[in-house]
Formats: sequence, C-alpha cells, structure tokens
Amino acid sequence: MRKTNKLIVVMFIMTIAFIVTSCKQSGSNSGALNNSAAERVFVAPGEYDEFYAFVSGGFSGQLAVHGLPSGRLFKIIPVFSVDGEKAYGFNEETKPMLETSYGFIPWGDAHHPDLSQTNGVIDGRWCFINENNTPRIARIDLTTFETVEIIEIPNSAGNHSSPYVTDNTEYVVAGTRFAVPVPQRDMSIDQYKGNFKGAMTFVKVDPENGSMSLEFQILMPGFDYDKAHPGRGKSHGWFFFTTYNVEEANSLLEVNASQRDKDFIAAINWKKAEEYMKAGKFKTMPVRYAHNVYEDATHSATSTMKKTVRVLDPSVLPGLVYFLPTPKSPHGCDVDPTGEYIVASGKLSANVTAHSFTKMLKAIEDKAFDGEAYGIPILSFEAVNAGSVVQPGLGPLHTEFDGKGYAYTTFFISSEVVKWKLGTWEVIDRKPTYYSVGHLMIPGGNSQKPFGKYLLAMNKITKDRYLPTGPEVCQSAQLYDITGEKMELLLDFPTMGEPHYAAGIPADLIKANSKKFFKLEENNHPYATKSEAATKVVRKGRDVHIYMTMIRSHFAPDNIEGVKVGDRVYFHVTNLEQDYDVPHGIAMIGANTSELLIMPGQTETLVWQPTKPGVWPFYCTDFCSALHQEMQGYVRVSPRNSNIKLSWSLDGE
Amino acid sequence: MKKSQILMIIGSLLLLPLFVLPLWNITLEAPQYPTPLGIDIYITKMAGHNEGDIQNINILNHYVGMAKLPEKMKEFEFFPIIVIAMVVLGLIIGFIGKKRLFLAWFILMSVLGSIGMYDFYLWEYDYGHNLNPKAAIKFPGTAYQPPLIGTKKILSFTAHSYPSSGGYLLFLGMFLTLSAYYVAVKEEETG
Repeated sequence: MRKTNKLIVVMFIMTIAFIVTSCKQSGSNSGALNNSAAERVFVAPGEYDEFYAFVSGGFSGQLAVHGLPSGRLFKIIPVFSVDGEKAYGFNEETKPMLETSYGFIPWGDAHHPDLSQTNGVIDGRWCFINENNTPRIARIDLTTFETVEIIEIPNSAGNHSSPYVTDNTEYVVAGTRFAVPVPQRDMSIDQYKGNFKGAMTFVKVDPENGSMSLEFQILMPGFDYDKAHPGRGKSHGWFFFTTYNVEEANSLLEVNASQRDKDFIAAINWKKAEEYMKAGKFKTMPVRYAHNVYEDATHSATSTMKKTVRVLDPSVLPGLVYFLPTPKSPHGCDVDPTGEYIVASGKLSANVTAHSFTKMLKAIEDKAFDGEAYGIPILSFEAVNAGSVVQPGLGPLHTEFDGKGYAYTTFFISSEVVKWKLGTWEVIDRKPTYYSVGHLMIPGGNSQKPFGKYLLAMNKITKDRYLPTGPEVCQSAQLYDITGEKMELLLDFPTMGEPHYAAGIPADLIKANSKKFFKLEENNHPYATKSEAATKVVRKGRDVHIYMTMIRSHFAPDNIEGVKVGDRVYFHVTNLEQDYDVPHGIAMIGANTSELLIMPGQTETLVWQPTKPGVWPFYCTDFCSALHQEMQGYVRVSPRNSNIKLSWSLDGE
Repeated sequence: MKKSQILMIIGSLLLLPLFVLPLWNITLEAPQYPTPLGIDIYITKMAGHNEGDIQNINILNHYVGMAKLPEKMKEFEFFPIIVIAMVVLGLIIGFIGKKRLFLAWFILMSVLGSIGMYDFYLWEYDYGHNLNPKAAIKFPGTAYQPPLIGTKKILSFTAHSYPSSGGYLLFLGMFLTLSAYYVAVKEEETG
C-alpha cells in the first residue's frame, strides 16, 4: 500500500515536471512569436538600436538621426535651415554658418547624407550632405552631431549629384543639375544650347580634420547632372554621373528632355584630373563663394568669402571624361561594392542598365567610340554594357547592395523594391512600398562593405498610411529584413520632411566617440565667463555686454540695472555645468530672436534690443533641475536720458 | 637580510602608493546617474572619480544646504608628513631587524589609522549635519552624513563608502609588517 502510494506520488511529480518543461520549451521555441516583425524591431526600454540612420530632411533642410531597427527619432541636426530650438542661425555664434554669396539664407533643401570612409569602409567620423537650391555641401561632426562646416559651390545650380564620398574620403562632389551660363550673365534663355555649362565640382577633404576645400571644377556640356557615385575598389579614381536632358531643352523639359533613347553616364577620371591640375592645365576663374567653419574651441562659426576657382575644360583635356550611353533619362547611378558594375536606373526605361568598368577601360583602350559630344568621346553602348535587368518594374530610381552579390532597386511608379542578382540580372524578389519609393538605404550599402541586414526604403507619398493630419501628411521610411532569400517588411515609420536619402552605420562605430560635454577650461569663446566671480556687465556706447553664467539653478547675475531703451544688449551666456545632459536655456521677453540652448561648457550669445522702459524678465527654458522654475532674472530698462548707473547682482552681492 | 626584514621593508614601502592612489572612495548612485558620482579621497586632496564629479556633488548638495566639498583641509597638509615619517621609520626598523620594533610599528600605524578614521567620521558628521538654514529643500530631522564604511540610502541616492586602491595597499602593507613580526619569532625559534 505504502509502495503504491509512493509510486503514484512519483508519477504525479514526473507528470508535472514534464508539463512544466514542455511548456518552457514551447515558450522558447514558439515560432510564431520569434518570427513576428514586432519582436524583431522591438528594442527594449534602456537598450540600444543596432544601427544609426542619418535620414535627410529634404525641404526641411535638416538631418534626422534615427535608430534601426526601432525607427526611433533621436535628434534633428540643423544643417541648412534655422532652428529656433537650438538657436541655429539665430545666435551670434551660428549665424555665419548660413552665410552665402547671396547673403544670409535661412533655409535649404537637404538631399543626400553620406558618411566618411577609410579604404572603402564607412568609418563614422563625418556625415556630408548636399543642399540643392543654393548649392552647398555641409559636414556634420559625428562626435558632437553638429554641423561644423558648410562650403558653397560656385558656377553651380541645383546641387543634386552630391556629395558622395570616395573610398578614402579624398573628395566629395557637387554636380550641377541645372546647367547655367558660366560665368553667370544676362543672356537670352533661348541661347541655352551650347552656351550653358554644367560644373562638376570636386571638394577635397582633409583626411585629418575633415576640413573641405574646393579643389577644382570640370566644366561639362549643359546637360542636367542628376546623380553620382564614386568608383569603388577597382574603379577607385573614377566618378560616375548620370545625365538627362542631353537634348539641352530649356522649356517643358518633361517632354523636350525625354526624346532621346539614351542619355549618358559621364565617367570622370579624377586621378587624371589631379594630373592635369599638377601640370597646370587649369584656368583660374573669378567667383564668389562662402566657406563657413564652426570651431568647437570657440563655440563659434566664421564665414569667409572665397574669390577664385580652378577650372578644367574636358573638351581639350583627353582622357578626362567619357560618356557611356544609358537609357533613358537615368536617375540613380550606383556602383557595386567590387567597383565593377555601374548601375543606372533609366526613369523612363523599362530596364535597369548595368555597365562594366572592365569593359569601359577596354572600350577606351580600343577607342570603341560612337561619336563625341562637345569634344568628349561617347563610348559604344555595346562595348560598355554588362547587362540589363529586364522589365523588373516601373520607374526605377536607386540601387543599393548587400555585399552578398545582390542589388536592390526602388521603383517609384510601381511602388516596390526589387531584389536582383548581379551578373545574372535575374529578379529574386519584389516587395511593395507604401507608396512611391524614392531612395533606399542599406547601412554601408554604397560602400565596399555593406552591412546587409536591413534595408530602409524612403517613400514620397503616404496618403492613408497613418492617422490623417489635414492636407499635408508625412513622408515615411520602411524597414525590411534582407537576411533571407525574400525580403520581409518589418516596420514603417514617419520621417521629418522628405527623406531623399539616408546613411546607415553600425552604432558601435559612433557611439563610443559621442561627446558628453564640452570642457570649460577648453572654452576659448571670446566672451566666455568661466566662474561666477568673473561675471560682469560692460557698456560700450550703445552696446551692453552681459558676461553671464548659468548653473543649477540660477543665472549670475540675475538682476541687472542701467540698460536703456535703444541699447543693443548682448547676453553672452556660459553654462558652467560639467555633467552629461545638463543643458540650460535662456529666453528674454520681447527678444526678436530665439532662445539659447547651451550645452555644458559652452558659451552662446543672444541679442536683445529693448524698446520700452520697464523691468523685463528672462528665464531658463530647459527643465534643468528641481528648482528650474526658480531659474529666472530681471533686466531694468530705463529711458534713454536716464542716468541710472549700470549695475548687476546675484542675491544682493 | 632575513625574510622578516624584507617583509617589514616591503610592508612599509606599500604606504608610498598613497601619494598617487586614493585612500578611500565614496560613491553615490541614483537612477539618473548611469555613471555614478564618486569622490576619491587621497592623503593630499579630494578629487572626482570622474571629471566634474566634485562640482556635480556640490551642485546637488547645495539644494539641501550642505557645504561644498573642501578644497583645502589641514589633514591634507599633515597626512603626507605622517605617511613619509612612517615609511622612513619602517625602513629603519626593517634594517635594524628587531622583531619588537616590527610590532611597535604595526601598533603605532594602527593607532594612527584609527585616529584617521575618527577624524574622517568627525568630518563626515559635520558635512552631513552642518546645513545652511536657507537651504531650498529641507527635510526636518534628516542628516546627510555618508556612512563611515558600508552602504547607506540618503534620499534618492545610495551612498557607498569603502577603502580604495591606496587604502587596500596600506592594509596589505600593515599586514606584511605584522607578518614580519611572526616570521621573526619563527626565525628566532629555528635559528
């Protein structure tokens, strides 16, 4: 009896144990849950995304920093447009960043972010991005995530085929989309053909500090230069630009620039250009362009107007440029990681065309020419063409690569991404986008070393995809998993402005270098105040300079008297904090500018021109501490003829 | 030279790292400080464990009326003298090689160490209790004295107070001098 009882108990325990273990197994192996897209894009609270994605803000002029796979937005970096939040273009320190040869411009159209590379691999030092409307290229420092340099491009208009970084960040380029008279002059638009020019600008990047300088321009025929890609690996030393409007139409381009079966890819041998530069085969042309540089040491920018550019004429310099016939009004121009294939997406063609770099070199050697345009040899299509992806979709735009022999092309009209194989040109998979996809991005997908895990497709149109927000709705990005044979849509999320292009990079290549705060002792701002004891107010004629500090939770000084109507009051404010994530802000009632948002160790300047006598408050705009609401002060403004003396204090001292 | 003498000499030399390594450390943890704040206490100064820690601790403490961490203390002037004196004394005793002197050095060092700890306690008491009556945040009856040794919850912070690398080397040194005494006893028995 006892024995049976024992046996029953043992069997009961074993059954329970079996149920428990099988439950556990089904928990950990649950296929449905593991395969869910939600789980694969879920980044748990407090954990980090695997990739950074720098997504262009298009007509917002800015650059958004997202995490992938979550799609979360971390920061909007002001680049070409003013930003009241960060006082970019509003404070005295950053106003010079938006200076151009046309004066101060508060807005820009930001298109193509691209990352610095070393040996054809993205290195996480800088992000470059072009401005389309008033041709410029900006450099963003990826230790501070701030715009540190903007260079204007002269003789150019519609800076679209830009910036696109070479294998060792030797150059970023600026190809003009709109041909213009060079130099600009008053002439009849009818005289376009043969008279307008397309300037291809090569901007040299200092390998040590990233500083940009305009090295040379190649004055090309007056086509529209749309997109560009540097050669990679074996084709390093070359740069490829797609063209449309080789018809050289100057009106109703949608018809008149769509007549020819083939336009061109312009292949520019920039190593040859360097030789010609060394040999002095350039002309120096008078121009005006702004070069704006922001220094962390002074927390300030300067703008310098440059006066000359060195120009190469390809019609008289053999071997500098060749044209590769390419159907039909090609848009995207993309080179695969080996540097062998130059993939062009003819917007109006049914096919995606790939040229071979090896065949191109042989065609040049064999002089397999099919005429010339303005003295530039046109290579025979058959001699350079490697193959075509036949009828993969409608309206091909851009291609990126996964490093495993596959290419991914977006189709604007048929709203899809198509995966195809390099060399065999066969279509492997296609997935819809919602809707009208433009660019796509695979982290490192335009370099020699793609990180082929995710693909981000960026859509121009969203219509019904999100909660409606009136007539104007957001654009979006869609994330696909590309590790398998078939692509899988994981996530879509709204973006800021129109995301033309994006650059992705493993977070590990950047996050350890991200600066936490600026060292106060290294602050060389001319109006820096490094301790409360050093605060003061100085009058110089009608200018009043307030040397102010901020620290949790007060300004020093916080009571100022002796300011008069008609004065120009400069608040030079230094954040004395030396801790991570303790910015302070300052806003002044009635100031015709933005707040300042000042990082620890930084100095910024707000200008206020009081118009009325009275006592006017200012306060901290960033919830800095438990006593943030108490972080405030007053400026007394007296009539012009008053003889109140300048005085300042904190807590009566 | 005997083994006991070598132990005595090494033991007293292990006080020298106190000039470069912290004797003690107080660490403050809170959720919004993923990198905790820390004070490293040297025989010559107090320093932030990470850059900016001293200023950041002062900023937090001023809300409850605590004084700033001292930049100068009389201890920072005579601690180095005592340490040097004990090293020199230890070396002389090591070369003389008398076991009773080994023990005497150890006892003297222990007494000095205890006085040091008592002094540290007095400073901590004052630091945690002497509050500015105009403080913005007041919790009647609350003191902010860090633990002498161990861990304690102070408002939103968890405070840890433990010896640091220099302190551990000091203890090791003292242990060696005590061992020197016992080794010397054995050496006499066998020798």
